[in-house]
Amino acid sequence: MTIPLLHALYLSAALFTIGMVGVFLRRNVITILMCIELMLNAVNLAFIAFSRASGSLDGQILVFFVMTVAAAEAAVGLAVVIALQRHRDSLDLDAFNLLKW
Amino acid sequence: MSPVLQEVVITLLKVVILTQLLLGLFSFMTLAERRLLAFMQFRLGPNRTGPFGLFQPIADGIKLFFKEELMPDSATAWAFFAAPIVAVTAAFMAIATVPYGPEFTIPGTSFKVTPQLADLDVGILFIFAVTSLGVYSVVLAGWSANSKFSLLGGLRSSAQMFSYELSLGMSFVGVIMLAGSFKISDIVATQAGGFWNWNVMPWKQGLAAVVYFISAAAEVSRTPFDLPEGETELVAGYHTEYSSMKFALMQMAEYINMITVSVLTANLFLGGWNPGLPFLPTSGLWGLAYFAAKVLFVLFVFIWMRGTLPRFRYDQLMHFGWKVLIPLAALNVLGTATLIAVFKW
Amino acid sequence: MALFDRLLLFLVSEAFLFYVFSGTAVASALCVVLQRNPMHSAFALIVTFCSLSAVYGLLGAPFIAALQIIVYAGAIMVLFLFVLMLLNVKREEPSGGRALKTAAILLGALFALQVVGTLAGFGLSPAANYDSSTQSFARLLFGTRFLYVFEATSILILAALVGAVVVAKKDL
Repeated sequence: MTIPLLHALYLSAALFTIGMVGVFLRRNVITILMCIELMLNAVNLAFIAFSRASGSLDGQILVFFVMTVAAAEAAVGLAVVIALQRHRDSLDLDAFNLLKW
Repeated sequence: MSPVLQEVVITLLKVVILTQLLLGLFSFMTLAERRLLAFMQFRLGPNRTGPFGLFQPIADGIKLFFKEELMPDSATAWAFFAAPIVAVTAAFMAIATVPYGPEFTIPGTSFKVTPQLADLDVGILFIFAVTSLGVYSVVLAGWSANSKFSLLGGLRSSAQMFSYELSLGMSFVGVIMLAGSFKISDIVATQAGGFWNWNVMPWKQGLAAVVYFISAAAEVSRTPFDLPEGETELVAGYHTEYSSMKFALMQMAEYINMITVSVLTANLFLGGWNPGLPFLPTSGLWGLAYFAAKVLFVLFVFIWMRGTLPRFRYDQLMHFGWKVLIPLAALNVLGTATLIAVFKW
Repeated sequence: MALFDRLLLFLVSEAFLFYVFSGTAVASALCVVLQRNPMHSAFALIVTFCSLSAVYGLLGAPFIAALQIIVYAGAIMVLFLFVLMLLNVKREEPSGGRALKTAAILLGALFALQVVGTLAGFGLSPAANYDSSTQSFARLLFGTRFLYVFEATSILILAALVGAVVVAKKDL
C-alpha cells in the first residue's frame, strides 16, 4: 500500500497552520521561534512530497538547504533572544515596544 | 508457515537473542571492569560471590531491585521518569542496526541467517543520529531533578557530549569515503583480505581511528572524560537524585553505549568479522568468533584507560574537543578526499 | 492464515505507519502551541521532529530523515533547551484578550481551508522509478546546478556562527 501523497500535503498544511496560529497566540519569544521552526518543517514535508511525485531529487536538495538555513537562523535568533533578555530582563514580546507609536 | 509469519518470527527471535546477549554482556562487563581495575591496582576485586565472583552482577541486581525508589518533591515527575527510558531506548536503537558477522548457515540445517536486525541504506548515519538523541536523557535528567548538582552536571555533561559529536561524525566520513557506501556490511567488506587492509592502519584511516576512539570515549562519558561521575566535584552529576532501578537503567544505558562504540570500532576500523591473516577460516561461525574477540579487546582497552588515566578538567576537555580533535578530523577528511581524487587510493 | 498475513502486512505497510506518525506529529505540534511552559513545548517539538523524520523515511527520503534527526532533533533543539535552561524561563501567563485568540484561530482555519481547497484538485501519484539513494543525491548536490549554492551555504553558516557569538557575548 503506497502513501497517498495528497494526504502528505494535507499534513504539511495542518502543521503550517498550527505553527502560524502559534506565532499569533504565544507571547514568549522562544516559543514563537519554535513555532517558526514548525512552519519550516511543514514546508520541508511539502518539498519532499512533491519530490516524490515528480521523480526528481531537486525537492530533497532544497530541503537540505532549508535545514541549513533554519539551523543558522535558530542560532542567531537565540543569540538575539539572550541579548534581549539581558537588556530588558523580560522574554515577553509585548515588552519590546520602543518602536511603537 | 507462510513467508510473512516466518519473517516476523525470525526477526522476533533475533531481537530476543540480541537483547539477552547485550544484557548478559552488560552484567559481565560490570564484573570484568571491577576485577580488571582491581588487578591493575594490585588488589583482587570481588571474588567471593560464586567462583571468581561470577554471581556478583546478580547480587548487584538484587540489591538495586530492593532499594527504595526516591524522587525529590519538587522534581518534574514525567521528565524524571522519562530520562532513563530515553537513555535506554537510544542505546538499544543504536545497536540494533549493526551487523555482527557474515551471513552463516545454522549447522545441521540449510537455513541462512544474517546476524543483523535491519540493514539500512543509511546505516551508519542512522546510528550517528540515534546516539545524538542520547544527549536528551542527560538534559532531561539534569533538569527534572530540580537540584543544583543535577542541573550543573547535566549542562556540563550534555555540553561535553555534543562537543565531541562533531569530531565523531567527521572521523568516520573518511571511512565512508573509502568504502563508498553508508552500509556497515559494505565497509566491512572493503577490509577483507588481511590485516593490512583494516582501516586502523596508518595508510588507510589511522588518524581517523584515533580521533574516533577518543571522541567515542568522550561521547559515552568514559574516563578520562567522566566528569559526570567526579564525586568530589558534582556529587554524582546528572544522576545524583536517581536511585534503584532508574539508576540501574542509566548505568545500563551507559554500558550499552560503550558496547555500541566498541562494536562500531571493530566494524569500521578493525576489520569486522574478517580474520587478519589470509589462511584462517572465514566461514559463518568463525566470523562471529573473530568479531567477538575484537569487540572484547576494545572493551578491555576502555577498562585499561579507566585504570590508567586521570580525569580531564572541564575547560581542558572543551579545549581538546573543539580546538584539537575537530581540526584533526577535518584534516583527515581533506587528506582522504585528496588522496581518493588524485591517487585513486 | 491469509487473513493473519494480510493483517501483518497491513501493520507494517507504508500507509498505516504514515497515518500513525502523522497523527503523532499533529498531536505533538498542538502540544507545542498549547503548552504553557516553554520547556514542555520544546520537548513536544522534539517528538514532532522525530515523527516527521519517520514520515520523510516513509516518503522515500532516508538521507533527509537521518539529517532531520541529526540537525533538527539532535542539534537545534539541544540549543533551544540550553537557552531555555540558561534563561530559566518560567510558565507563561495567559495572554490578553479573547478577541485576539478567536481572531488568530479564525485566520488559521481560513488559511487551512484555502490551502486544502487549492490542493484538492491535484492528482498526485508517486513517480515510477524514484532513485532516492545517497549517491544520486550527492551527485546532484555537488553537480553543476547546486555546487555554488552549497559553497554559499557554508559561508552563511560561518556568518551565523560569528554573528551568534558576537551578539550573545556579554562584553566584546
